[in-house]
Amino acid sequence: MSFPWAKHYEPKQPLMRWLDEKLPMPRLVYNAIGAGYPVPRNLNYFWNFGVLAGAALVIQIVTGVVLAMHYAANAGVAFGSVESIMRDVNAGWFLRYAHANGASMFLAVVYIHIGRGLYYGSYKAPREMVWLLGVVIFLLMMATAFMGYVLPWGQMSFWGAQVITGFFSAIPLVGETIRVWLLGGFAPDNAALNRFFSLHYLLPFVIAGVIILHIWALHIPGSNNPTGVDVKGEQDTVPFHPYYTAKDGVGVGVFFLVFALLIFFSPNLLGHPDNYIEANPLSTPAHIVPEWYFLPFYAILKSFTADFILPAKLWGVVAMFGSILLLFFLPWLDSSPVRSANYRPTYRWFLLVLLIDVLVLGYVGGAEATARNVMIGQIAAAYYFAHFLIILPLVSAAEKPRPLPNSITEAVLAKHGGTSPAQTAMAG
Amino acid sequence: MATADDMIPPGENPAPYHEEAHDPRRRDFINIAAVSFAGVGAVAIVLPLINQMNPSADVLAQSTTEVDISKIEPGQAIVASFRKQPLFVRNLTPKEIGEADAVAVSSLRDPQTLEQRTKAGKKNWLITLGVCTHLGCVPLGAREGENRGPFGGYFCPCHGSAYDTAGRIRQGPAPKNLAVPDYNFTSDTVVTVG
Repeated sequence: MSFPWAKHYEPKQPLMRWLDEKLPMPRLVYNAIGAGYPVPRNLNYFWNFGVLAGAALVIQIVTGVVLAMHYAANAGVAFGSVESIMRDVNAGWFLRYAHANGASMFLAVVYIHIGRGLYYGSYKAPREMVWLLGVVIFLLMMATAFMGYVLPWGQMSFWGAQVITGFFSAIPLVGETIRVWLLGGFAPDNAALNRFFSLHYLLPFVIAGVIILHIWALHIPGSNNPTGVDVKGEQDTVPFHPYYTAKDGVGVGVFFLVFALLIFFSPNLLGHPDNYIEANPLSTPAHIVPEWYFLPFYAILKSFTADFILPAKLWGVVAMFGSILLLFFLPWLDSSPVRSANYRPTYRWFLLVLLIDVLVLGYVGGAEATARNVMIGQIAAAYYFAHFLIILPLVSAAEKPRPLPNSITEAVLAKHGGTSPAQTAMAG
Repeated sequence: MATADDMIPPGENPAPYHEEAHDPRRRDFINIAAVSFAGVGAVAIVLPLINQMNPSADVLAQSTTEVDISKIEPGQAIVASFRKQPLFVRNLTPKEIGEADAVAVSSLRDPQTLEQRTKAGKKNWLITLGVCTHLGCVPLGAREGENRGPFGGYFCPCHGSAYDTAGRIRQGPAPKNLAVPDYNFTSDTVVTVG
């Protein structure tokens, strides 16, 4: 599952040799993220974000397990226990702020990671399975983030749970029954809070499992690269360690700088003040909005306001889930054989428009439902679907790509002084 | 150790040696039966795992509520609690009843008359759940001074659904009228809901 020139694991220490015979775990690590994994030599900093997502998951699991030692999943005391973590538990404020902002950091790096995949065509053959598993991880993350947000049992927690479980009541005939079954009651209450806590604790480990599959599937073809051109020979790659462990280390440093700024200087920047009010089933906050990372999807949900054959509510829910499920079909919607958008002059512009479109959806998702905002949201939601279902297939059929470099090495050398590989080979 | 010389029991001969070998063979049947038996057992175990998610007995036990309506003047409404959900009890004014009756029922998204949504002879008592049928927010309009929306009934701040004076959906994304729970008047001033 690697290139033939990959370095072989040869333990020199007798203890490590002994271990390698009984349980070749160091060998597995060496071949997965060590010197035994050859990686294209031209990766830019956008390739840091997979490792950053992994680091964020570890932070969430460590802080989360510790928070669970102090949190009480009971509707009567949950809000108070979170306040006690903030005020009474030693360093509790730090753990909770790290966990709450860690979720935002996790989603942020994952969005950049997904954007990297879209720009450089990492979803295309032979890496479709890597992409599909990535979408599964994204869905699991959304479920985990939602259920985690319910646990503090503030007003936004409660009404978020009410609205999101309300999605299921849009299903014809059995919807309301499913909603009551999911909640274990007629409105979010103790039963719902307890099961959300249980699943919120479970799902990160499921995510970790799917990440292992994601990396496994990645290591069969090997990593993509900014040119999108396949690795042709040993001169195109460098070992993951020490080259990319060092480069990823830089990214991890920057990640922690941003993370520290959030935790120590504005820990509530991304939260909502209403969530510091205890859940009240009889009073809805004036303006319910999800966390920032759900806003574009929330905008799609909100943009269906009139019935068309099916009820508007069902359309909204179907479109919102559809906007993510659509990503499962992306490898087959884009038929262009060229991976990297650097060589796709038309697609590149449409991808920029898509990015702006998603940002507009994010704005509309958080804004009040005025007539103007609803209309902007409807146009932006329509464009989102049009990008994947109409523009992308047409562009990939009609576009004339720029000439690709013959190899990764040629592209790298052309960038640094313009010497051709032949000359370099002679000089070397 | 099986060898080629071993006796093959009758009825289990592989096809090339025995023309009458039928599919499934006896051994396949035992295999299918054993797996099916385990499968039925597995399904039987899944049932309680699914059922535990349903509302428990103590949640269902909270399913009736008595509401005292003696203090509600015409034009006023109160918010009570029913199954941990808000319950709107409104005493409609004659003007509000008139507005509700003036609407052509066929033009409504969820066609119902005010009569169908109230008890006979108690047309002024509009009792509905305070749960927007879109995604479950509590609509505004039951408390003093709240925005009652363009149709003078209730207005949901979450996604802008507007209900009229009979609690019927008139505008916005909600698919249904505000739900009318089962209830009856135990006296002129007390309503039992549920």
